[in-house]
Amino acid sequence: MASQPSDPNKTTPKSQQLFSCDLALSEQEKELNQRLRSLYPAVNEQETPLPRSWSPKDKFSYIGLSQNNLRVHYKGHGKTPKDAASVRATHPIPAACGVYYFEVKIISKGRDGYMGIGLSAQGVNMNRLPGWDKHSYGYHGDDGHSFCSSGTGQPYGPTFTTGDVIGCCVNLINNTCFYTKNGHSLGIAFTDLPPNLYPTVGLQTPGEVVDANFGQHPFVFDIEDYMREWRTKIQAQIDRFPIGEREGEWQAMIQKMVASYLVHHSYCATAEAFAKSTDQAVHEELASIKNRQKIQKLVLSGRMGEAIETTQQLYPSLLERNPDLLFMLKVRQFIEMVNGTDSEVRCLGGRSPKSQDSYPGSPRLFNSPVHKASSSQTYQTSTYYIHKFFFLPAWVKKTLPEGYYKKRDKTTQVSITVSFVLKLIGTPVLTQLSTGPKKYRFLVPIPSHCTAQNNTEVEMEVDHFSNGVSESSSNGFLNGSSTHGIDLEELDSAQSKRQLCGGSQAAIERMIQFGRELQSMSENLRRERGKNSANKKMLKDAFSLLAYSDPWSSPVGYQLDSIQREPVCSTLNSAILETHNLPKQPPLALAVGQAAQCLSLMARTGSGSCAFASVDDYLH
Amino acid sequence: MMVCTLMEVTATSRHYVDRLFDPDPQNVLQGVIDMKNAVIGNNRQKANLIVLGAVPRLLYLLQQSSSSLELRTECAVVLGSLAMGTENNIKSLVDCHIIPALLQGLLCSDLIFIEACLRCLRTVFISPVTPVQLLYTDPTVIPHLMSLLSRSQHTQEYITQIFAHCCKTPEHQTVLFNHGAIQNIAPLLISPSFKVRMQALKCFSVLAYENAQVSMTLVNVLVDGEQLSQVFVRMMQRDKPIEMQLTAAKCLTYMCRAGAIRTDDNCIVLKTLPCLVRMCSKERLLEERVEGAETLAYLMEPDIELQRIASVTDHLVSMLADYFKYPSSVSAITDIKRLDHDLKHAHELRQAAFKLYASLGSNDEDIRKKITETENMMDRIVSGLSESSIKVRLAAVRCLHSLSRSVQQLRTSFHDHAVWKPLMKLLQNAPDEVLVMASSTLCNLLLEFSPSKEPILESGVIELLCSLTQSDSPALRVNGIWALMNMAFQADQKVKVEIVRALGTEQLFRLLSDPDTNVLMKTLGLLRNLLSTRPHIDQVMSSHGKQIMQAVTLILEGEHSIEVKEQTLCILANIADGNTAKELIMTNDDMLQKIKYYMGHSNVKLQLAATFCISNLIWNEEDGSQERQDKLRDMGFVDILHKLTQASDPNLCDRAKTAMQQYLA
Repeated sequence: MASQPSDPNKTTPKSQQLFSCDLALSEQEKELNQRLRSLYPAVNEQETPLPRSWSPKDKFSYIGLSQNNLRVHYKGHGKTPKDAASVRATHPIPAACGVYYFEVKIISKGRDGYMGIGLSAQGVNMNRLPGWDKHSYGYHGDDGHSFCSSGTGQPYGPTFTTGDVIGCCVNLINNTCFYTKNGHSLGIAFTDLPPNLYPTVGLQTPGEVVDANFGQHPFVFDIEDYMREWRTKIQAQIDRFPIGEREGEWQAMIQKMVASYLVHHSYCATAEAFAKSTDQAVHEELASIKNRQKIQKLVLSGRMGEAIETTQQLYPSLLERNPDLLFMLKVRQFIEMVNGTDSEVRCLGGRSPKSQDSYPGSPRLFNSPVHKASSSQTYQTSTYYIHKFFFLPAWVKKTLPEGYYKKRDKTTQVSITVSFVLKLIGTPVLTQLSTGPKKYRFLVPIPSHCTAQNNTEVEMEVDHFSNGVSESSSNGFLNGSSTHGIDLEELDSAQSKRQLCGGSQAAIERMIQFGRELQSMSENLRRERGKNSANKKMLKDAFSLLAYSDPWSSPVGYQLDSIQREPVCSTLNSAILETHNLPKQPPLALAVGQAAQCLSLMARTGSGSCAFASVDDYLH
Repeated sequence: MMVCTLMEVTATSRHYVDRLFDPDPQNVLQGVIDMKNAVIGNNRQKANLIVLGAVPRLLYLLQQSSSSLELRTECAVVLGSLAMGTENNIKSLVDCHIIPALLQGLLCSDLIFIEACLRCLRTVFISPVTPVQLLYTDPTVIPHLMSLLSRSQHTQEYITQIFAHCCKTPEHQTVLFNHGAIQNIAPLLISPSFKVRMQALKCFSVLAYENAQVSMTLVNVLVDGEQLSQVFVRMMQRDKPIEMQLTAAKCLTYMCRAGAIRTDDNCIVLKTLPCLVRMCSKERLLEERVEGAETLAYLMEPDIELQRIASVTDHLVSMLADYFKYPSSVSAITDIKRLDHDLKHAHELRQAAFKLYASLGSNDEDIRKKITETENMMDRIVSGLSESSIKVRLAAVRCLHSLSRSVQQLRTSFHDHAVWKPLMKLLQNAPDEVLVMASSTLCNLLLEFSPSKEPILESGVIELLCSLTQSDSPALRVNGIWALMNMAFQADQKVKVEIVRALGTEQLFRLLSDPDTNVLMKTLGLLRNLLSTRPHIDQVMSSHGKQIMQAVTLILEGEHSIEVKEQTLCILANIADGNTAKELIMTNDDMLQKIKYYMGHSNVKLQLAATFCISNLIWNEEDGSQERQDKLRDMGFVDILHKLTQASDPNLCDRAKTAMQQYLA
């Protein structure tokens, strides 16, 4: 076991106190992070951080901050409105929140209770209460009026005072704002809000103290319920998005996409059946699909040596022309040797194939071959398509009167675009295709590109499918396996006894020797093609495995996880397809990527509906 | 040509009916199946078959034990299809006694057949033309339906739908409750089928309405370990279908009004109330807005805190102003269909808005102000008072009544808009429920500080109010006499004389023996107001002294509450304040004994009033005070007064001391 931090129970009382204090603090921090994540899952905090406290830099001097910059008090003279003072939050509200909410509790109304709660853009004068200036909006406690970029307020809601909790909700979809008092919605206060507003409070008389809650604590108002309503609205909008076109075209396109997807991942039996039942032609020879399937299976079961060999046999010049690819395969082979799964060490190790399960260490029931496109490439293609979609309705703009096309329209346009893409990819996975004699159910879980995972997985269930072993198992991966002649007795590395190279001395020697070959291959590559940091890192990581007595539980042990075979497999598959002038990515995956990109583009252009249109929601 | 096709249709229909009489059962079955296919979606065909007498034959086949199960089922399906047609179809089916026949069919063990019968029963029972009572005539039906709830999702859906439509009276609620409706239906709230969930929810809303027994039971019910109120709260989530949100809110509202849930419970304050406010928003359908507003009005009627919260939630007060904008000018021009739809709902919307305003403004002065300041509000009420729809008139007058509790509004907006005029008009021959509200409002308008009092007096209101006091309805009698009482307060001699004349002493005394305590109290109040200021006292007593003294005696001797007796002693004290009227008491030894008795009563209020009376009789500055003092001393009053100066109640003590001083001076 790795070394642990010192036992907290054995520390002195004093430090224990300190410790528990830290613990409380980090507990609050944890709660905040958790709440923000669950409220605003679509926000990419790397790009657009969420407000978490008041900014000590962005405030007027009469404002004092305390309690982790959450408590605000007034420290000016408070004689005239000229003594008003405001503070903004650390960050503006990201559009990808969709609906944003924060609450302010009035700790003390001070002398006169001239408190304003609201929003303001960066750069708005802080020697004022929110609402008095352009791009500034506020709800004031003394008279209950709302101030919309104006010195004169409009009657809006009740007054508020000590003990009240005032909430402010920004709807970034329709650019409105409403307030709440003690958990009750007071109705819309502002419309046509500009983007990038900061939560803001302003105070004006001595003794006024307010506390903010940006998610540190549960909110008094049920904001989740309000969000649920908007999520439903947006999803209904997507569902109802007119697909127009001529009859059958939509369905034909979906079927094409599904078929190409099946072919891409070499589900040849399924693809064949599907193509037959939907009357489509398959654009790749069956033999070719089977070949790719064979190779993929070898890679996924960790038999890299055989995989490389088979590839060289079937596609003679492929690896010669792609030395980087070959290198990557070899590195993987080395890792599999350490694992004891590669065919070269397996025959030396002579282990019993019995106690081995189908796809060791996999967290999922089933992992399909996966295309892991290098993400930069994906990005480029996606962007291209997005632009194509994005500018498609340009003529619409021309037909509209001048000034109609404002920010709002861009929002709609983007949302139209994304809903189009979403429909494009959403419908086939959501609806059961009832055209053919058989019933297909497609489950395509694809993590969006904003998450750390970069791979896309696809799961399919095919009911009433008489091919292979699918009768007894819903595991589509096994589909057709019995017909392909590769004896896939499965390989184990982690479960029972994990020993280097399966525990065989001969195997270890072979592995060491292979490592040397790899080293020299790397040197050759560098000489011929110049430095390649990716290759260098790959090799270094792989060799690091040997530095640990138990490589599996070492910091670099993740490489041994069978899930790491997926990107390798998908890269190889793409390369093979490219040589056949076939797309290296199936259109379905492309569309999913585009939709995800589209959503992040929407987030950047300030259209909040992206918050409720997660690609994931459509892919389960 | 038309006749020709019609005859053709009739001819084919006849053929279908004829086949029902075929001797070969196989042919009959095929005939029924063909008939089924022929009537689907064809209202004319349905009507034809009914006219040609298919129903009795189908019912006969359905009931025959010799019929095959398949045939019986198909018969039930065809009958169900016929019921899907027009209301006339339903009437014909009910006339053919389809209900007992189908209920009988439910005793069969075959699920498919039961479902077909239930589907048909459902369609028949949800029609407004079917008498609900038919479900309850046979006492074995309800328990049997309860037992069928476990059979399938379909039986659940149909049975709950029947219950939801056929539970219209407290008796129905009790029958269903006694047969375990709650335990049987509660688990259906988490059924996988939306339809079942929805119908089960509707059942609870009709069961709980104004029913404390059901409501109290509901709060303790657990569904899958969760409290029922929490299940309802979940059904009010904003992503749930509107129908579900609204019905769940109704359930909680009814449970709350029945006293099963406190009004300050979070599920009411933070969930039900906001949900109902949302139902009033412009985004909702007109029907939903009507139901939402009515339910909300009902929810917060008795609770000022809920009224205050609702008044600031989502701009409710101004949102309701929109209810008066139907049909909108836009709909009239652009869309005939929409105009029709708007017109149909316009009355409902207006009455719902008035009801909600009435409820909102029933207690809080600030809310009333906010309501009257809403655009054209007073004009809307005024025109609402004279609308053709009785529902709107009633709601408008309720709203006006609620607002009339505000002194400020009585002084300002009520007067500015001369609301008394349409109100007076409304009082002329309106149904009792409107009269109750209108007269109650009138009571407030006749308050002394109301500027409308004068013009109302001039419009001949006295006769009208007097006629109300003769009504059979206690509420109307109270309002009539109450208004007269308010009118007599500090009024001119002329008005008082007019009241006494118009009411007539006979009626006045009849009211003094009214079985309703409220009427009695207000009548005494009227007498007291009539008998104030010395000249008025003497004048009234000189003409009606004998009867009044009689009435006072009667009440003091009768079995009445402390309040009534106190009020009566106060009248006596007023009489004792008159110049000549005093003598009516002084010469009545029996009355003096009564006063003496009440001075020694255990209730301080009565002691106080009686002492006040004596104090007036012995007041120094008046003629003949010496004689009165002597007489009363002889009767032992001084001793009593002396004792009362030691009383623990400071008021009584003061009063007695003041009286004693009259002797010392």
